[in-house]
Amino acid sequence: MAATDITQITPAGSRLRLGAAEIWRQRELLYFLTLRDVKIRYKQTLIGIAWAVLQPVLTTVIFTAIFSGWARFDTNDIAYPLFAMTGLTLWLFVQNAVSMASNSFVNNTNLVTKVYFPRLIVPLAATLAALFDLVFSIAVLAVLMVYYRAVPSAEILLVPVFMVLAFMLAAAVGTLLSALNVRFRDVKFAVPFFLQVWMIASPVFYPASMISEKWRLVFAINPMTGILEGFRSAVFGKPFDWPLIGVSTASLLVIAAVSLVVFRSMEDDFADVI
Amino acid sequence: MIEARGLTKIYRLGASNSRSLRDAVTSIFTRKNSSRETLTALDDVSFTIKEGESVGIIGRNGAGKSTLLKILSRITPPTRGTASIAGRVGSLLEVGTGFHNELTGRENIYLNGAILGMRRHEIDARFDEIVAFSELEKFLDTPVKHYSSGMYMRLAFSVAAHLEPEVLIVDEVLAVGDLAFQKKSLGKMKDLGESGRTVLFVSHDMNSISRLCTRAIWLRDGKIAVDSSAVETVAAYLHEQTLTGAEHIWDEVRSTPGNDVARIVSLRVVNKEGETTPSPDIRESIGVEMVFDALAGDKVLIPNLHFFDERGACIFISHDWNSGWRESPRPAGRHKATAWIPGNFLAEGTISVTAAVSTYKPLMVHFIATDAVSFTVVDTLEGDSARGDYAGLLPGIVRPMLEWTNE
Repeated sequence: MAATDITQITPAGSRLRLGAAEIWRQRELLYFLTLRDVKIRYKQTLIGIAWAVLQPVLTTVIFTAIFSGWARFDTNDIAYPLFAMTGLTLWLFVQNAVSMASNSFVNNTNLVTKVYFPRLIVPLAATLAALFDLVFSIAVLAVLMVYYRAVPSAEILLVPVFMVLAFMLAAAVGTLLSALNVRFRDVKFAVPFFLQVWMIASPVFYPASMISEKWRLVFAINPMTGILEGFRSAVFGKPFDWPLIGVSTASLLVIAAVSLVVFRSMEDDFADVI
Repeated sequence: MIEARGLTKIYRLGASNSRSLRDAVTSIFTRKNSSRETLTALDDVSFTIKEGESVGIIGRNGAGKSTLLKILSRITPPTRGTASIAGRVGSLLEVGTGFHNELTGRENIYLNGAILGMRRHEIDARFDEIVAFSELEKFLDTPVKHYSSGMYMRLAFSVAAHLEPEVLIVDEVLAVGDLAFQKKSLGKMKDLGESGRTVLFVSHDMNSISRLCTRAIWLRDGKIAVDSSAVETVAAYLHEQTLTGAEHIWDEVRSTPGNDVARIVSLRVVNKEGETTPSPDIRESIGVEMVFDALAGDKVLIPNLHFFDERGACIFISHDWNSGWRESPRPAGRHKATAWIPGNFLAEGTISVTAAVSTYKPLMVHFIATDAVSFTVVDTLEGDSARGDYAGLLPGIVRPMLEWTNE
């Protein structure tokens, strides 16, 4: 027999590792779980994936009705619907990804109690599945850009960078919440509230320039601030606020590290606690 | 090869599993953490399973069987101890894990295969085989929510059966589908064992264990009670399980079945040497010995025995018509009547015995001791039973060795 795999089983806590290699080996499972989450997301709905378009469109309409008539923001001569839609494109992704990921273990109890695989795959699959909606949001954004004749410049090449950062943020927060949710079901109730507060605290429907210069970098501790501002600069070809983006990215890395450490320390007990 | 060294699993009971955020926060401040009750599910278990061995794990519910499988499957870590497994591990603690109702049969095959650890190209390669095994060709593109539960289980087992690991860990997953499908599944399991794979198999069905495994480990209260050949471990286990069953002595008059004519004293299952045997060999004759007291002394008393299989079906009833007491009243005093069931007559399985003493002219039942003893007929698969060379699933309430003629 080929002396191939040796599985070592040891008590909990005696192995703190990133586990990236193991996840890579099981990438097909990640693929199939993502595919499943995408396929079932709009099953048994009347209008199906039209929801993926309606969600950003309706939210933009509501924001526009409220904020371009009644309370006006200085959006730097960008039409408000377009401004709001750029913010919503990434925000709705983060919001959907975090809420799907945070419930991912609780909704997959059997996977945890009956089979072994790197546990990180579950919240990652939920986050990846949310990318499906992002594609539709980007399409809506593109249509709006054509409508408002927003001509992209070279900066648009940096759009993927901010998408990757948004993905990392959603994955980090979703993973952390998914682990906490296994032990504390309070998370399930807290997440919708948390997401509302987070949206208000992020420059989704208002520009970061609204915040006074002095406080702007503090505001950037919320990684969403730098990501949204950077994304808008890239889409509209405006100058990047690098200090702001830098603070947000650093904060994102700290959140990701904390999330990973917490997750690793909790995952061994999942099957016993869930 | 599986090597387990001192595997121990201790669960903390009570509040710990369901504690809320508030409790967790308060416990940080009060540091009241260690006073919880614990449960030792697995206690210092060590064993080595060689490559190609098929080993059964038996024991009562809560004896630690599932915990052991969960540790070896890496679902939960041990509290103490280590284990190492050489070879690719496939574990089946449940069939159909991850199946989603909204997905079609085809989609679920891929998803479930990936969850069980199969690579995509492996699933591609075995796809047709899996579908053929499940006999669900026509429903492949139907969401499984429209399947009957039997169809669902068939599809789930078919995926699992085509997992081809070097080490297979299986929890009682055979009891799925109808009888014909069960037969097929059991055959598949047997093939796996015979093809040189290491198999670790938990079951409550002693027949499956003796049939599929060469060796068996009996877990009792988290510890290994017996680790020996499957036949010996199963016999020892059944012996303990049926202590009340292979022999039953009524020593308290008030609760003893009987009236003022006859009262039972004891009932036991014996071999030819007269020793109590909880697990008689299928080839040997089995005696059921009833001791009863005749109290009136002027009645014809006919002992009779009723035999039931595991599902409660009556296999047969036998009366003592031929021992000379058919017409003569039994004098007051102790009587011992033994009925002999010939070898190669009963099928394998656990048989429960009800004993009674009646008078028939006119009909009068003096006592019935329901399910008073039980015994398990075991076939050691040596080739000279009615099984012959066939070791697979063999249904039937009785299994006589018939004379065949050929012309």
